[in-house]
Formats: sequence, structure tokens, C-alpha cells
Amino acid sequence: MDLSSINPILLLASLMVAATPILLAAIGELVVERAGVLNLGVEGMMITGAVCGFIVAISTGSPWLGFAGAALGGALLALIFGVLTQVLLSNQVATGLALTLFGLGLAALLGQGYVGIKAPPVAKFPIPLLSDLPVIGPVLFRHDPIVYLGITIIAATSAFLRYSRAGLILRAVGENHEAAHALGYHVIRVRLLAIMFGGACAGLGGAYLGLVRVPQWTEGVTAGAGWIALAIVVFASWRPWRLLLGAYLFGGVTVLQLNLQAAGVALPVSYLSMAPYLATILVLVMMRSGRAPGSLGQSFHASR
Amino acid sequence: MKIKTLLAGTGIALALATGAFAQDPTKVGFIYVGPVGDGGWTYEHDQARLAVEAEFSDAVETFYVESVPEGPDAERVITQMALQGADLIFTTSFGFMDATVNVAERFPDVKFEHATGYKTADNVSAYNARFYEGRAIQGHIAGQMTESNIIGYIGSYPIPEVIQGINSAFLHAREVNPDVEFRIIWAYTWFDPAKEAEAASVLIEQGADVILQHTDSTAPQAAAQAAGNVITFGQASDMAEFAPFPRVSSIIDDWAPYYIERTQAVIDGTWESSNVWHGIPEGMVGIGEITDAVPAEIKASAEVMIEAIRAGEYHPFTGPINYQDGSVWLEEGDVADDETLLGMNFFVEGLAGDIPQ
Amino acid sequence: MIRLEKRTAPSQFWTYAAPVLAVLLTMICGGLLFAALGNDPLITIRTIFWDPLFSEFSWYYRPQLLIKGAPLVLIAIGLSFGFRAGVWNIGAEGQYILGAICGAAVGLAFYPTESVFILPLMIMAGALGGWAWAMIPGLLRVKFGTNEILVSLMLVYVAQQLLASMALGAMRNPDGMGFPGSRNLARYPSATSWINEGAGLHWGVVFAFVAVIFAYITLSRHIFGYHVRLSGQSPRAARFAGVNPGLLVLVCMGIAGALAGLAGLFEVAGPSGLISIDFNAGYGFTAIIVAFLGRLHPIGILLAAGLMALTYIGGDIAQSNLRLPAAAIQVLQGMLLFFLLAVDVLTHYRVRIGTRKLA
Repeated sequence: MDLSSINPILLLASLMVAATPILLAAIGELVVERAGVLNLGVEGMMITGAVCGFIVAISTGSPWLGFAGAALGGALLALIFGVLTQVLLSNQVATGLALTLFGLGLAALLGQGYVGIKAPPVAKFPIPLLSDLPVIGPVLFRHDPIVYLGITIIAATSAFLRYSRAGLILRAVGENHEAAHALGYHVIRVRLLAIMFGGACAGLGGAYLGLVRVPQWTEGVTAGAGWIALAIVVFASWRPWRLLLGAYLFGGVTVLQLNLQAAGVALPVSYLSMAPYLATILVLVMMRSGRAPGSLGQSFHASR
Repeated sequence: MKIKTLLAGTGIALALATGAFAQDPTKVGFIYVGPVGDGGWTYEHDQARLAVEAEFSDAVETFYVESVPEGPDAERVITQMALQGADLIFTTSFGFMDATVNVAERFPDVKFEHATGYKTADNVSAYNARFYEGRAIQGHIAGQMTESNIIGYIGSYPIPEVIQGINSAFLHAREVNPDVEFRIIWAYTWFDPAKEAEAASVLIEQGADVILQHTDSTAPQAAAQAAGNVITFGQASDMAEFAPFPRVSSIIDDWAPYYIERTQAVIDGTWESSNVWHGIPEGMVGIGEITDAVPAEIKASAEVMIEAIRAGEYHPFTGPINYQDGSVWLEEGDVADDETLLGMNFFVEGLAGDIPQ
Repeated sequence: MIRLEKRTAPSQFWTYAAPVLAVLLTMICGGLLFAALGNDPLITIRTIFWDPLFSEFSWYYRPQLLIKGAPLVLIAIGLSFGFRAGVWNIGAEGQYILGAICGAAVGLAFYPTESVFILPLMIMAGALGGWAWAMIPGLLRVKFGTNEILVSLMLVYVAQQLLASMALGAMRNPDGMGFPGSRNLARYPSATSWINEGAGLHWGVVFAFVAVIFAYITLSRHIFGYHVRLSGQSPRAARFAGVNPGLLVLVCMGIAGALAGLAGLFEVAGPSGLISIDFNAGYGFTAIIVAFLGRLHPIGILLAAGLMALTYIGGDIAQSNLRLPAAAIQVLQGMLLFFLLAVDVLTHYRVRIGTRKLA
């Protein structure tokens, strides 16, 4: 056993990177759930985003256009879910699960012919001055731009939900759609927009895996990351900044577990991997504020 | 027996239907555990299937079903292929073993080939690759290339095949570099790019400058490339897109020679049940090009080792080798027997840590 | 402008016509997809939807429908009670795994003793395992008001980790050359759930049919069924009618968990045979879709499970016969689900064209 070989600075820095895909997907889902919609299709949207991003990046040679394509692909897939659940009033749980199935299949079909090709590289972007700071520099400021984008989206979402009028409307729709409707807000329009935002974020998260982390197209590249994103939203009790904490906890358990293994500590890996999920349940039970948005998962029809 | 009469009936119908052709193509089916687009294990099996098609052109017809879960579906899909008139069926994952044997009992005239298992029958063969031969080459190169003397190893599950690989790589790294040590991470997955990338980053952070992987995605290669001064080896497929650096060589699962040979045997009517464990000599384990990132003399000595294994002159597990606790496993000059290797559940002397149970 | 107007009662006509319409729409869109992939659409559709039932080898495929459909029916029936009452258990996958682990543990503990009591004991253990796993979100909801959707989903991941550790550790086959996975229970006469393998008959199939009948009678004739329906429609009215909401949640979760556990046990002791790392093939999630496709009605669930099983079996045939990629089948299944979910709107709503009338 050699715990001294674990470098906490590098550990934290790699945590930032490891958490980014689930963080992106989770912030999108958070907005969707705050609008009162439960979309279980995150995994399907992530992988569709991954393949769309990869195809665009390969054909244009630009990873940035790839990320844009991924967001678009994810949003379009999410729109199917939106139309089904919001306009045609189908059950959200069932539709979300169907979306995952559809997305996994669609991504595999689109990705045929892209196996074994390497994506154009995404350069790191150390932030000038800040990246030279001791400890904090390497942990926070020497990453690729998407890592910063993820945190920016969290900050923006937090501000949007808290301070903007549109954010207030979105929360009202999520808490009580009848009342929001009575006040004259367009419940369905708000929810459709939220769902598309969720799809776009999930797509970005998937593309981060396919363009930066792996960086290749292989079927099943997301390997369940979308489901973890769902868990993190709950863990965070639907608060954007706590999401960051949740993503680092979930990512952190994995990274720490791997670190301890590499340092020669014998571990019951399966039991350790359960820990974040059990912690999430505990959070759900303990936190009074851990209440889900009032209208979560319910269909809305104006004539009711 | 209703099933038997029906089978006989369909047999006649098939014979009538195909009687018009002078020669009826031999049908070869493949059952895959993952998608053909996984770029690793299943991808290589499918490449071999394509090689069979190319070799025999019209004389052979191949078909496959991908992403078959290792449960009840496997038995159904294998049966379905047998019903459709397959003459030879390759089931390409350990978890298909019981299903293959079950179906084989019901179709005595169809030949079955099961990969990486240990059960055989009159019409069921087992085949597996001696991946540890390739690991010996990796250890030999890695031991000389490392400057930090720390080699990171990403294992999938603690099963004999993976443990053989770790032991083999370690023995040959120690042979050329007595100071080398291994850091082992069990990923508990065969394929999870994000987790593999993290495992590789962790090993690199802990000072490893060589990453060996026994998981199938290219994520560790990418992590090494990002780190800059770390070398890797391709796993399952060549991963040539990461050559010449960080990927300096690779172990390639090359099933094509075996598949062609067995298909030929079915065509000739000479197929017999067997249980083979092929390696570098038979071409089932391929060593990808050793790139120029490896100094010429190391490359040359690695090639000498490859040739010695190919010629059958050298076995990677040749004594003296001790168990982890220092007691003797193999005396000077002794060679490990296959049975011990197939059930290998121990580390050799010098490796730190325990195999998780 | 097109708008929807809620019907006072669900349309009889569309209740039956909508699923047919959905299947037709799927065939059309699926056909276009297959044509785009370079396959003959008619032949492909026939292979998937027709060949498993009526073709040269349908004598083999028809029993397979039972094997593939039985766990879906068992789980979906259990879920339907809760879904009707507004209890959202989406963790059936975890309850299925726990049922399999507990049931298999009993079977493996007795190995190699032969006794007629082993299978009944396993069945009890399987049901109890699934039940206990479902009680966690149930009790948390009743005691603390915790959202059961999320807790039951979290417990699926926990169950998967538990499964992996069992397959690699405690339940690993001692004669298995160190590979993960337990002994094969299907090869252990006292523990197998098979009744007649060639006919596709195992105890899970029997239990599935019993569950359908039981659910049908309970929902239409029994006071509990009435309470379930009432709670779903109007929790307040239910309370006035004397329904104990906490108890109802626990009973609904319990039924779902026990049936999912049974499904897992029958699967592990029969068609699957052994506990392995990825023994769970997603039945718990597919069953949620099946429950909704069947409109939460026992007979509907039976039909929906049959349809899903058909696409799985037909899909595999299409893969090997027509060289269709597995992904195309997944897309087809996804479309089928989308259409089935979408057309349901016609049952409950009228589509009006024109401007809104003044009230």
C-alpha cells in the first residue's frame, strides 16, 4: 500500500474532467424536472448527441461545430419526447424509457461507418494568469473549454432560475401547472423549451465523451452515464450548485476508488460503487428541501 | 416425437428447395455478445467473419446476430440459426457456453464452436487464444521503456484470462528491469470508456508511464495521449489510430485463420470436435507493428521473443517462477501446464496486492 | 387550429382501434427505415411480425413467445396496481434482481440435494426478496414522504452492484474455472423452474397467467381493486371511502415487488439458468412500457407483452436472415412504443379542428 502516491491536486483536477459529461446531462435534466417534466430518456439523448457530434466533427474537422451538432441532435430527439408527452399527453415515464431505446438504436445506426476513426483533437485552454496559481491553478484552470462551459451553464441556470422572470415562470409551471395556466402562462410552450434545453445539454455531455474523453465513436460509449445524471439531479434536490457537488461526489467515489486500488488498497469495489446511490436515498429522506417539483411527472391538459 | 418429424420434414423441404443448385453454400452463423461497432472484441470477430466470406466467396454464406445478452436469448438465437440451416455456428462469448451445449444436444448434425469456454461435446468445440503470449511481449517492451519503473495495468474482471495476462506481463517486465512494479486497477467492466479513461488517468497520476489494458475501449489510449509521455499497447484490435505514439504495439485478436480452417473442415466433411488454445504460432494472437517510438534494440529483442514463441521454442511461463508468497511454483526449466493456466487464480512473486474475491 | 377536447368517457372504438393504428403506423415508418437501409420493407416487416407466428419454424418460435413474454407479464401486472393508484415504482429491475439472487441463494444452498421442497422454497425466497426490496421505497414514502420514483430507481443501481458482487464472489461456481457466474440451476433437477423446455413452459409462465386472472378479478370485482382505482382518480375521495393511503402504497409496492421477484427467480432457475454479472436483461424497464401499452389492464398487458416478445424474436430472425443490424430493431421498437403511446390520446380526447367555442 502506498497512499503517498496519490496526488490530491491531480486527483481533483481529473475529477473536474470526469464529472463534466454527467454534469452537463444533469443540468439539462434539472431544468426539465424543474419545469415539472420527468424525462428518463437522458441516456438516449446523450448517445444521440455523442454520435451527432462525432459525425459533424469528422465531416467539418471542427470539434466546436461537433459540439453544436451534438446539442442540436440531442434537442431534436428530446423534441420527440416533448411532442409525445406535452401535445399528445402520453405517460412521461414510459415515453422516456422508449426514448432511451430509440436513441440507443438511432445512434448505432447513424454511427455505422464511423467506428475506428479518431476525432479532431480538442485543445486544453489554460486560463491566463489564473492557471499559474498554486494548487487552484492546476485543479480549476487548466482544462479544455467544455469543462468551463459546464460550470458556466450551471451558474447561468442557477441565476436564470433564481433571478429571471422566465425562470420564475418555469418554476411556477413545475410547481403547479394549473395555477400557472390560470395566471396565463403557456405551460406547454415552457415545458417544450425546457425539454429541448435538456436534450441539448445531454447531447453536449454525450459529445464530451465521444470527442474528448474517449475520443472515438463506439456503440454504447455512454455506458449508463445518463442514468447517473438522473441520480445526481435527485441528489442535488433540484438545485444547480448542489448538482456540482453531486457530480463530484459520484465521480469522486469512482476516482477515489480507482486511486486506492492503484495504490494497492484491497477494496470491496461493488459495495463502494453502491455508496453514492445509497447516499442519494439518504439525502432524499433527510433533506426537507429535497422535495420534488409539485407537478413532476404529471401530464397537463388545459381543459382539466 | 413431433419435433423430430417436423425437423425431418423441413429437412426434406430444404433439400427439395435447394436441389436445383449444383452446390449449396455452407452456412456459417455467428453469435456476438456486443455490437459489431464496439471496435474491440465483437468487432474483431466480425472482421474474421468477413475474412471467411472473402476466402470462400460463393461457397459460404455467413450470417450473424449481434448484441445477444448472455441469458435466455442466447439459446433462442443459436437455435434459430440451427433451424435456418446453419452448418457451423460460432458462439463468441464465455457466457454462451451452456446455451451452446444445450442447443448442440438438439442438433447433432450442426457443428458448434464456442469461444473461451471449457465445455465440449461431439459436435461442440472450444477455442481460445493464448493472450498471455502477447502480454509477454508487452511486458518485455514496457519493462525497458519505463522510466518511472511504474507500469499501470487496467484489468477487467479478476478471472483467469486476465490474471494470466498480468502475471505474464509482469514476469517479462521484471526480467528486463528488476526495479519495475505494477499498479493494478480492476475496472469491473469489459467496456466502459469513461471509467477506463479515469482508470488510465489515475494510474498516470500515480506515476505510471506505461499503461497496459485488458479492457476494450480506446479511452486509455486517449488519456495517455493527453498526458503526453506515456506509452500504451492496443488491446483486442490494433488501435493503430493511436500509433506511433502513445500506442507502440498491440495484441490483436485474429480469429480469421481459425474460422477459415474450421469452415474448410466443415466443407470437406473433416470437422471433428476439439478444444484448442491457440496463440502466436497459429496466428490467433497477433502482435501489432512495433512503432519507431521503441528504440531499435528493444524492438529487435522483442521480435526475437516473438519468433521464439512462434517457433514453439519459448513458453512465457517457464520456471523458475515462484508464487506471490515466495514458495516455488515452477522449477528451473519447467513449463506451466495448461490446466493450471486455465484456472489461474494467483499472482506470481513480486506482484503486490491481492486478487479480489 | 387543432385542439384536443377531453372525452367524458374513454372511446370504446378507439380503445381497440388505436393499438391497431399504432402497429400499422410502425409498419409504414419501419418499412421506410428498412428501405433506406437497403432491405425489402415488405419482407422485413413480414419477418418480424409474421414469421415468428406463422412460418416454417413457428413451432419453435411460438413457445419462445411464452418464455420472453412471461417475465414481462408478471412484472407489468404487479406494476399496474401501483400505477393505477398513483404509486410510481420504476425500480422493478432491482426487485427482479433481488428476487433472482434470493431465490438462487436458496437453490444453491441446497445443491446437490434433491427434494421436492427446494423449488417451492426458492419461489418463496424470490418473492420475499423482491418484496423486501420494494418495501424500502414504499416505507420511505409512507414514513418520510420520500419520492418513490427516485428511490426505487436508485435501488436498481444498488441491486446491479449487488448482483455483480454475487456473481464474482459469494455465488461463483466453484467448478467454473474461476469465471464469474453461479452454478446452472436449470441443470439442477430440484431447482429448475422448467416444466417442459420444448414447449416453452416453466413455472413463470404458469404464474404469469395466474397473475393475469388474479389481477383481472381483483380489479373488477374486489373492494381492493376499487380502492386502487379510486385512489388513482381522486385521492381525497378515496380517503372518504375509508382507504388508508399508507397501507395502499405498501400493498401496491409489495405486490409489484413480489411479482418482479418471482419473475427474476423463474428466469434464473429456468431460461437463464445462472446468476451472472449482467443476468438482468432490462425486463424490469421494458415491463413499465408494457404496463402502459396494455393500458394498465390485465388483458391489455398480456397482449402488449406478446407484442413486445414478438418484436424481440422477430427482430433476431430479421438480423440473421436479412442482415438487419440490431440497432434497426431497436429503432423499430422505439417507434412502435412512440406510436402506441401517441395514439392513446384518441381514446381519451377528441381532436377538434377549428376555433374554440365560447363556453
